[in-house]
Amino acid sequence: MRHEETVFSGFGGQGVLFAGQLLSYAGMAEGLHVTWIPSYGPEMRGGTANCTVIVSEEEIGSPIVHHPSVAVVFNSPSMEKYESLVKPGGLLLINSSLIEAESRRDDIRVVYVPASYLAGEMGNVRMANMILLGAFVELTGLVSLETVMAQLDEHLSQRQRKWLEPNYESLRKGTALVRAAA
Amino acid sequence: MTEQLLKGNVAFAEAAVRNGLRAYFGYPITPQSEALEHLSGRMIEEGRVFLQAESEIAAINMVYGAACTGVRVMTSTSGPGLALMAEGLSYIAGSEVPVVVVNMMRGGPGLGNIQPSQADYNFMTKSAGHGDFHPLVLAPASIQEIIDMVGLAFELAEKYRTLVMIAGDGSIGQMMESAELPPMQPVRDTVPEWAVSGAKGREPNVVTSLYLGAEKLEALNLRLQAKLAEIKRNETRSVEVATEDADLLLVAYGTAGRICVSVLREARRQGLNVGLFRPQTLWPYPEERLSELADQVKGMLVVEMSAGQMLEDVQRVVQGRVPIRFHGRMGGAIPMVDEILVDAESLAKEIGQW
Repeated sequence: MRHEETVFSGFGGQGVLFAGQLLSYAGMAEGLHVTWIPSYGPEMRGGTANCTVIVSEEEIGSPIVHHPSVAVVFNSPSMEKYESLVKPGGLLLINSSLIEAESRRDDIRVVYVPASYLAGEMGNVRMANMILLGAFVELTGLVSLETVMAQLDEHLSQRQRKWLEPNYESLRKGTALVRAAA
Repeated sequence: MTEQLLKGNVAFAEAAVRNGLRAYFGYPITPQSEALEHLSGRMIEEGRVFLQAESEIAAINMVYGAACTGVRVMTSTSGPGLALMAEGLSYIAGSEVPVVVVNMMRGGPGLGNIQPSQADYNFMTKSAGHGDFHPLVLAPASIQEIIDMVGLAFELAEKYRTLVMIAGDGSIGQMMESAELPPMQPVRDTVPEWAVSGAKGREPNVVTSLYLGAEKLEALNLRLQAKLAEIKRNETRSVEVATEDADLLLVAYGTAGRICVSVLREARRQGLNVGLFRPQTLWPYPEERLSELADQVKGMLVVEMSAGQMLEDVQRVVQGRVPIRFHGRMGGAIPMVDEILVDAESLAKEIGQW
C-alpha cells in the first residue's frame, strides 16, 4: 500500500512548506488521500518551519504524526529534532550542505544530499527544496516525478514562473543523484 | 466531482461565499486569518460586503446589525477574539437573529499561543455570553466537513433564528486536504418577514434584546428555552466508527476525533474491539445515542485537546454505568496516537477485555 508520513523541516524561507504542498498536489493528482499541515512560529523568515504531509491509499486519520516514516531535514535544528523520531525502517533525507553531523541511526535508511550547495551551483540556493524533493520521489516511489513536475507547472505562482525550468532541473538533479548513488 | 487541495480557513470562507454570504465583518487573528485574506478579495469580486473592523467587539456588533436586516452574515475568530465578542453574542441570542460564527480554537488561557486547542468547549457550548442561551455548536473533523457545515450552519441559523458556531481548531484552520466546494449560490433577494428592512407600507418590525419588566423578559426566555428544546430534539448529530462490536469506546470530536480514527485502526490491529463516537454537534450534545452506547460498551476513553471539558458531558450522560478515562493535552499540544493507545490498552485491561 502506498502510504508515507513525511516531515519536511528547515528554516522559514527554505521552501519547506512549498515542497510539502507540491508533494500533496502530486499525491492528489495520483488519486491518493493527502493531508498537509504546517507548524511554524509567527515570523515570516528565519524561524523554524515544518510541515507534515501524509499521502495514502487509505483515508487519513490523524494528520499529525509522532514518528514519521520519512524526515526531510534542511538544517541542523531539524536534524536534531527529527533524527530520533523517524520510524524504524524509515528514511532520513539530509541536506548535507547545512548539516555537518552524520546520523547515528542504524535502523533507518539515511541519505545525504548536498542540496543547498548544488542549488547554489545551479544558480539559486533557494531551489534546494526541489533537489531534496526530487531525491525523495526517487527514494520512496510514492508519486512519479512527472506528476510532481506537472503539478509544479500548475501551482507555481505567477510571480515565480520564471523559475519553472530551473525548478524542473533541480527536481531532475535530485532524482539523478540518488539514482547514481544507488 | 472537482476536488481541490484546500486549506481549512480558505475552504470555510469560500464555502460561505458560495452559500450566498451577503456580508462578512471580522478582525484578523491566527490561526484563522487566511479566512479574512480570502474574503477580502472574493467578497469584493462578488460585489458583497467585506469589512475588517477595528476590533472583534466592533466586528460582532456589525454582524449583529447586519443580521437584524435579515441578510446572511458571519464572522470568524479565535479564542481571544471570541472572548471580546461575548457581549455581542448574547445580544444576538437575545434578539433571535441568525448569525454564524467560526471559532478556530488556539492554545490558552490568555494570549496563549497559535497552536490548535479545544479548550473553548465550555465557553462555546455553555457560556458564550451572559444570560440563558446556548448557541448551536458544530464540530468539523476534516476540510470537507467544515465546508459542508458552513451550509448547514446558515440553514440552521435561519431556520431557528439562532446563533450557530462552528468549533474548529488551529489544525482544521491550517491543514490542507482535498475537498469539494459547493456550487455557487447567489445572495438571497428575499427578506425574512421579521427583519428590520424599511417599514414603508407596513407596521415597523422591532428587533431587540431589551425587555424592561421581568414578565416580558421571562416570556422571551421561555420562548428561547422552547426553541432550544426543539433544537435539542431535532438537531443532534454524531458519527460512529466500528461501534457495532465495540467493547471500548473512544469519544472525541474535531481534530481529536480524527486522531482517534488512527488510534482505532491500530487498536483493532492489536485485537482490541475499539469503536469511536464522534459528536458533530457539541450543543446540543448527542446524548441519546451516547447513552445507548453506554449500555453496550464496557468502558470509554474521552480524548480532548483540553483539560477535560466535553468529558463532563460524557460523565453526565453515562451516569457511572461504565468506567470513563480521559486523555487530554493542553496549551496547543496535540494528542499522539501512540500515547492515546497506551491509555486505551490500560483501560482495556482494567475492564477485562485484553
